[in-house]
Amino acid sequence: MTHHTDTPAAPSAAIPIVRIEGLSVALPEGADRPYAVDHTSIDMYAGRILCVVGESGSGKSMSANAMMGLLPEGVRAVKGRILLGDENLLAFSEEKMRDIRGRRIGMIFQEPMSALNPLMRVADQIAEVFEAHGLLTPAERQARAVELLTEVGLPDPKRAARAYPFQLSGGQRQRVVIAMALALEPEVLIADEPTTALDVTTQAQILALIRKLQVERGMAVMFITHDFGVVAEIADDVVVMQCGQIVEQGPARAVLDAPQHDYTQRLLAAIPRLTLAPRAMPDFAPLLEVRDIRRTYVSGGGLFRPVRRVDAVRDVSFTLGKGETLGIVGESGSGKSSLGRCLVRLQPADAGSVTMEGREILDLKGEDLRQLHRRVQMIFQDPFSSLNPRITVGRTIADGPIAFGMSRAEAMDRARALLERVGLNAAAATRYPHEFSGGQRQRIGIARALALEPEVIVADEAVSALDVSIQAQVLELLDEIKRDLGLSLIFITHDLRVAAQICDRVMVMQQGACIEIGPAHQIFSAPEQAYTRSLIEAIPGRARDLAGQAA
Amino acid sequence: MLGFLLTRVGKAAVVLLCITVLNFLLIHLAPGDPAMVMAGEAGEADPEFIAQLRAQFGLDRPLYVQLWSYVSSVAQLDLGYSYRQNLPVLDLILQRLPATLLLSLSAFVISLGLGVLAGTIAASRQGKPADTLISTIALLFYATPLFWFALMAVLLFSVKLDWLPGYGFETIRSGYTGMERVLDIAAHLVMPAFTLGLFLMAVYVRMTRASMLEVNKHDYVRTARAKGLRPALIQRRHVLRNAILPVVTLAGLQAGQLVGGAVLIETVFAWPGIGRLMFEALAQRDYNVLLGVFVVSAAMVLMFNLVTDLAYRLVDPRIRTT
Amino acid sequence: MLDFLKRFAGNRGAVIGALLLVVTLLLAIFSPMLYPQSPWAIAQRPFLEPFTTEGYLMGTDTLGRNVASGLAHGAYISLLIGLISTLVSLAIGIPLGACAGYFGGWVDDILMRVTEFFQVIPTFAFAVVLVAILQPSLTSIITAIALVSWPPVARLLRGEVLALKSREFIEAAQLSGQSSTTIILRQIMPNTLSPVVVMSSMMIATAILTESALSFMGLGDPEIMSWGYMVGAGRTVIRQAWWISFFPGLAILLTVLAFNLIGEGLNDALNPRLRKRG
Repeated sequence: MTHHTDTPAAPSAAIPIVRIEGLSVALPEGADRPYAVDHTSIDMYAGRILCVVGESGSGKSMSANAMMGLLPEGVRAVKGRILLGDENLLAFSEEKMRDIRGRRIGMIFQEPMSALNPLMRVADQIAEVFEAHGLLTPAERQARAVELLTEVGLPDPKRAARAYPFQLSGGQRQRVVIAMALALEPEVLIADEPTTALDVTTQAQILALIRKLQVERGMAVMFITHDFGVVAEIADDVVVMQCGQIVEQGPARAVLDAPQHDYTQRLLAAIPRLTLAPRAMPDFAPLLEVRDIRRTYVSGGGLFRPVRRVDAVRDVSFTLGKGETLGIVGESGSGKSSLGRCLVRLQPADAGSVTMEGREILDLKGEDLRQLHRRVQMIFQDPFSSLNPRITVGRTIADGPIAFGMSRAEAMDRARALLERVGLNAAAATRYPHEFSGGQRQRIGIARALALEPEVIVADEAVSALDVSIQAQVLELLDEIKRDLGLSLIFITHDLRVAAQICDRVMVMQQGACIEIGPAHQIFSAPEQAYTRSLIEAIPGRARDLAGQAA
Repeated sequence: MLGFLLTRVGKAAVVLLCITVLNFLLIHLAPGDPAMVMAGEAGEADPEFIAQLRAQFGLDRPLYVQLWSYVSSVAQLDLGYSYRQNLPVLDLILQRLPATLLLSLSAFVISLGLGVLAGTIAASRQGKPADTLISTIALLFYATPLFWFALMAVLLFSVKLDWLPGYGFETIRSGYTGMERVLDIAAHLVMPAFTLGLFLMAVYVRMTRASMLEVNKHDYVRTARAKGLRPALIQRRHVLRNAILPVVTLAGLQAGQLVGGAVLIETVFAWPGIGRLMFEALAQRDYNVLLGVFVVSAAMVLMFNLVTDLAYRLVDPRIRTT
Repeated sequence: MLDFLKRFAGNRGAVIGALLLVVTLLLAIFSPMLYPQSPWAIAQRPFLEPFTTEGYLMGTDTLGRNVASGLAHGAYISLLIGLISTLVSLAIGIPLGACAGYFGGWVDDILMRVTEFFQVIPTFAFAVVLVAILQPSLTSIITAIALVSWPPVARLLRGEVLALKSREFIEAAQLSGQSSTTIILRQIMPNTLSPVVVMSSMMIATAILTESALSFMGLGDPEIMSWGYMVGAGRTVIRQAWWISFFPGLAILLTVLAFNLIGEGLNDALNPRLRKRG
């Protein structure tokens, strides 16, 4: 992990490489606001990383797209100038812009999984950058591709060059995209949420790589992100955007440590802190006993294909206490979601036992299984797919009680009461999901889980899809409800900051196995396992948390 | 790859077996005595002839024995006998098969080639006059009854303009040989092949266009633009290559349409293929021939599917290397 | 709903399609009043040219039957067969596809093998064989068309259900104690409605085309005047009397076009996400 290097503030006399002056980008008619970006001015300097931060819909990507001349259809830059050196890019013809793209400004994107053409070999896709600008011979292009792959730190670059994208992991693909963006040594690099789709340890590596290449080449980098942790990790300068406008900008230190605008202050305050005081650990009476649970996925096994077995969950054991919040953390593929789904019986477990107050629940069938769901419920990740678009919100919540024999009128009364309990209006019951925002939908999902008055709730990445300010509110609500109702909560997340905030105990998973389990403050302050340590060290902005604690 | 081929051939064999069983069921489902059906309700209601047929098909034996003997004879490529034409059905079909293969392959090449080309043009000029024109024409062809269009083509190009021969495979008793004969057949082929290809062409135009517009939204197209590539190159190398995959899959699935259309087209143009044979068999109620043509056309479709699947595997590395 | 109508009306093609369909419908409904005489009746001298004699706008055929009357009566039968055979194939395809998608495993395996089988056999040849052996009649024609057209419905439903099944609201419904039947009928099916409606419109178009092709081959119900039959009847005299085949063929084209246009209009109106296509 790179520790934030203190680059001296840009000398006021330095000339910016890119100067965005009074830029306004108009949205098509019928959008929720007229301008995606409204009268924005940003300067970028050689050798410095500028982070543009904001929540979804803040317009943070639009200035970058305008700079590349790659605005989405129907969106136009209507006012202002974007000066690269002393030329206004907005006045360029498409032909002239093509010459700029790739050669003077490189760009990397959010989704490494889809950013590469699935039908072309990696080396050919890199070689295309030279081809586009009429440079080198085909053989030289291939050779350069391998060099570039070496430079971005791909293991076995010769093999990677011949590979197709689907043969590489997400982090490896992002390295390939970086190699392409840097092939012609551009003066400016735009990185649009390049690490958002990656696991935390991979994210740390990619951030370090971008930092290293930026220093070596003295590029100006515009790094777009929603994550203040990443900002703390990598930024020299920061621009904070809200609803298309810049609310605050300045050197990273100044913005992070002494934010002036209250929006920035709110955003920073919403970030879950990593530094924990030891929590009082009451003696939770055991409620759920999980012993050696295992889940194996079997795939393939056709006539001529070998059977492939993947142990998604390998012999995991733990106890959940009454009223306890247990966090399950791990990277993608660690088996944390499979484990959660086995516990609520959405997936069968292949071995092991789960007992609830002494009663085995893994082999419940039919009516017994149905009855189990009165006691064990789930909150889902995606606020957009977790509600049926064709059923009113009230009915969605009432469906459970109705299925268990409550009269419709009574169930709707309960739904309205629950909606108020989760901070919505009772009148919301008659409305459809599309009328609500992501955060509101997640509240509805919580109300639905509460409708059957369960004792255990499994929350699977329940706040991961939300913006940080909304995330904080939903976490608070969840914690409060849990306390009021004496619920036990299993909180599955990839985000260690979130886990640190809400959990009494934390279990760390890797490749299906439980690596470490213990009280949250202990896991975060004195992890016993190397893997846990590497996860925690990779959390962006951690250095800042520690510094804050020391201060 | 060999494994894939074996699996696919095995699957095709199972499908053919099922079709044979289906045929058997159909014969027994038909109103009246299967022997009468097989004899094509022949004008010769000669009871002796019928009795002979009954014995030959073993109609007095239990149904499963009959089924077994029927399936095993089909498996030995014995498709029965046409009492109308006094020839084994297989011989009749084999005589006619080359003409049908020539027709449907030409139609396939024409429809796929023109369809993908026009679809590409339409997609790259989305919303512009060229797109509107191509999309409208495709929509019209998509709704046009093939047999009617064929008749109208004969009316225009053969009767009124006298540019092309209106029926047949070649000029009868012309004595053409060598190149002359090839050109003569080609002239006869133009109208049937184009009319047969029209419907499929419309399908491919619409599919290619939709697929390209879909691919255009993918992230890797934006990556390609960020490299500074020319739009034409992006369209060809990144968009078209990816967009063509679903079209190839569809092309295989549409092979059945090609065979079905061939029945109609051959009827209108008096093209001496198995479609025309089917039409003649209908008129004469020669059910043995009818069922034989059905089995053989199904086999053709299966071959087509196999070839397109192979083509797909060659284009897509994700399947090729696994 | 109003929103949907607005979007539909904003699509020029869809409006043209709807108008064409209304004309065909009116023709079908009022054919007994417009042409009370049977369309099979010999009404005038044969080979009467169109646009020459009052009451015989489209001329007469080889036997002296009124082409315009046949056209009007044929409209009824085309629409009827298109509609009923589509309903029958939906009745086969929807439950099969929904079960395959929802239950997965061996249910899916078996149902999909059957579907694949019906999909790879050459559809038109199969329809011809079916109608020929069962003897041409309204029932056998509808049966044949329905039997060859349900596989795409089953595939569509299976795909939709599979996609929906992995959506979290279905899992939530399972956790809230609802039965499989409730989940399929209440949570899943309403969400598959739009693609099914769109596909139905396209299927009616295809059914009308198939029916006309069967009649053209001489496999129509001998009692019923249909457009395909009329085109077929004029086939051998195309050199002398173009109009006998021309008008009924045009009628098929326009009716099929109408359903295709309506289908596309519905697709755009029901899936606002894709609306912005050029």
